[in-house]
Amino acid sequence: MKAIWIYEKKLQYPVRVSKCDPRLAKMLIEQYGGADGELSAALRYLNQRYSIPDKVIGLLTDIGTEEFAHLEMIATMVYKLTKDATPEQLRAAGLADHYVNHSHALFYHDAAGNPWTATYIQAKGDPIADLYEDIAAEEKARATYQWIIDNTDDPDIVDSLRFLREREVVHSLRFREAVEILKEYNHTKKVF
Amino acid sequence: MSTVERTPSQWRVYRSYHSPFDPCPPRTRYFNVPPNVLQPFQTSARKQFAPHEALRKGTLWPEYFSPYPPEARGGEAE
Ligand SMILES: [Fe+2]
Repeated sequence: MKAIWIYEKKLQYPVRVSKCDPRLAKMLIEQYGGADGELSAALRYLNQRYSIPDKVIGLLTDIGTEEFAHLEMIATMVYKLTKDATPEQLRAAGLADHYVNHSHALFYHDAAGNPWTATYIQAKGDPIADLYEDIAAEEKARATYQWIIDNTDDPDIVDSLRFLREREVVHSLRFREAVEILKEYNHTKKVF
Repeated sequence: MSTVERTPSQWRVYRSYHSPFDPCPPRTRYFNVPPNVLQPFQTSARKQFAPHEALRKGTLWPEYFSPYPPEARGGEAE
């Protein structure tokens, strides 16, 4: 498989943060380095491509790549919310434990501080099992965005988060379509 | 505490892009370049702290002393 990525120096969807609320960064980090976050999603899908039937490889490439675009949107939100905060403000936002380890740097951990781990993702080598895992991951990511949206009243960041939530809905749908494609393999004549 | 040597600043200032749409007021950033980076080899021909002061400071050499007072975070103090 040959792959090339072309980097465009802009976000997939604009990120505007209007409220100085470092507290929200602590919740957003769940989608950065959490189990159902964007890093997990990107690595899960791109890795599964090698052993999946040809017809759905392109889908995993598309969605896996888009997840990296989402990761950059989340990073932008977290960075904007924390880059100008003093240690005192970060402490008030519940980010003292982050500060002692990372200062103002971002890091791949979840909202509770657990570092990202490959145990969050799976590649079973069974196409149905892998795609069902992907569908479940999308639904969990959609739910996480809902719970984050519930925790802010900044209409601009909510706009970006609603976009990301909607993409999870679409990704789940496309993975379901991929399952349908795999079901059809039963009816095609196989040439070995 | 005893006197702090007036050595060249151990702090570097840098700025990052601040958008007019950023939610929080801008903060100037600093990072520390401790003296072990600038003078990587100890030599015996240097000025020394008095023994008791050296024990408290953690180094025998004033040139390798890197204070970190609370104000250091803002970069004003050495
Ligand atoms: Fe997704």
